[in-house]
Amino acid sequence: MLRAEGIAKTFFKGGANEVRALNGVNLRLDEGEFVTVIGSNGAGKSTFLNAVAGVFPVDEGRVVIGDTDVTAWPEWRRAVLIGRVFQDPSQGTCPGATIEQNLALALKRGQPRGLGPGVRRRDRELFRERLSRLGLGLENRLRDPAGLLSGGQRQALTMLMSVLVRPRLLLLDEHTAALDPKTAEKILGLTARLVEELGLSTLMVTHNMRQAIGLGHRLVMFHRGEIVLDIRGEEKRNLRVENLLTRFAEARGEEFTSDRALLV
Amino acid sequence: MTSYAFFGALEQGFAFGLMVLGVYLTFRVLDFPDLTVDGSLPLGAAVSAVAIDAGMHPALSLVLACGAGFLAGAVTGFLNTRLRILHLLASILTMIALYSVNLRIMGRPNLTLLGKPTLVDLFTTASGLPQYLSTPLLFGLVTAFAAVVLIWFLRTELGLALLATGDNPRMIRALGVNTGGTIILGLGLSNALTAMSGALVAQNQGGADVNMGVGTIVAGLASVILGETVFGRRSVAWAVLAAILGSLLYRLAIALALGLKLGSFSITPSDLNLITALLVVLALTAPRMKAKVFS
Repeated sequence: MLRAEGIAKTFFKGGANEVRALNGVNLRLDEGEFVTVIGSNGAGKSTFLNAVAGVFPVDEGRVVIGDTDVTAWPEWRRAVLIGRVFQDPSQGTCPGATIEQNLALALKRGQPRGLGPGVRRRDRELFRERLSRLGLGLENRLRDPAGLLSGGQRQALTMLMSVLVRPRLLLLDEHTAALDPKTAEKILGLTARLVEELGLSTLMVTHNMRQAIGLGHRLVMFHRGEIVLDIRGEEKRNLRVENLLTRFAEARGEEFTSDRALLV
Repeated sequence: MTSYAFFGALEQGFAFGLMVLGVYLTFRVLDFPDLTVDGSLPLGAAVSAVAIDAGMHPALSLVLACGAGFLAGAVTGFLNTRLRILHLLASILTMIALYSVNLRIMGRPNLTLLGKPTLVDLFTTASGLPQYLSTPLLFGLVTAFAAVVLIWFLRTELGLALLATGDNPRMIRALGVNTGGTIILGLGLSNALTAMSGALVAQNQGGADVNMGVGTIVAGLASVILGETVFGRRSVAWAVLAAILGSLLYRLAIALALGLKLGSFSITPSDLNLITALLVVLALTAPRMKAKVFS
């Protein structure tokens, strides 16, 4: 489904702050596979997600989604294949636009936009039905500006928007990191449900080891711009935080130390 | 204020109202401070005057002016999105370039329309109203039409994408919109409106002048801010309406100021840019001052 081959990216090349963020990353995702991505700060996991999304051009390597080589595609063009949710809840929605306008924008993801009405009457039914499944009462607030919603509500809305048109690939970039634990738990539940229901090929970046272990079919760990661990199948299902740390130490020959990776 | 001055202010408020809609589109919708308008207003005036001088119907000359304005805005958009020049600087570059372009179009610094039929003449004859009434009515109708079209457009798929480009570019790119394209489109539309405004002003005052655009952006900002301060901005349609009302208020305020006399001192039209600049500073800082006073 997704083939990332030899992705390399260096920021501030030649400058004093030169950072080799991605060092030849290879990752293949099967159709419908849900992969959690973990690693400490600066390990390259979010940078990798952005490379797949096309936020910046890569220095080396190829990104293939399905049968399409999208390496040369700009970010907006890749949107036809990719749904995304960001860490900051305010990044995923348009604060000035209403909830229904936000959903209407998402309904056209990757499609050409013309002079037809932005929000169609028949789409409102769809919006109401989808919103009601969130259980947040948003189905009765279609005309409220998204800017009035709480962070958790916005992130739920963004989740819904990212899959309103089924994406070939779903990219979740620490999408619960900015929420309080209770809300984060709810958004994770929603994530698991939507990914499961729609059988989406998904990459989910997280700082939280328990999240990474508890969700998905497969776990990859980034370290210094490379993938150092790739755990799947039976081993993934039986994985515990302790074995993950052991596996990391084995793989790198060093202790896992991190300023922000959560061991809870 | 005399009723003559009052109707004159309405007439100006509506004629420049198109420009104010343009400034609203860039400044508020796209969050793009666009100084191109200082050049595209006289551009529209020049194109329209030259076309009428060459025998074109004055209504048709408006279409031509719009087209020229759209191109001017698109150039600024191109400089900003494709060549990655800072938005403010990109618009200043186009504005400066337009000064030369406008001189080329007219072939001289100003062009009068004396003895040529203008929209104002045609409408006055057709309506049978005295000119001091017919002109504000005509410009009011044109501006109302433009406002309706703008509100309609901002509710279309493309219009929503334009709104989102100003509101949250990262999100709308992730939803498949080429934000460079929407910025170019928005700037084009804004300057098309501004050029049409310039064409109306030229037909009203009987000629185009290469310097008539000086201070356009400041007047536009003053009107937009005045409108939203007085009338608020609860929705897009409301904000568009507030922009036009702001334009009327601004021209009325100027008419009042010009009528002021303090002993031997009186305000002259040449003081207007200073007054307008002060007005904008005041309007921009008033919300913060108000918050401070009441906190």
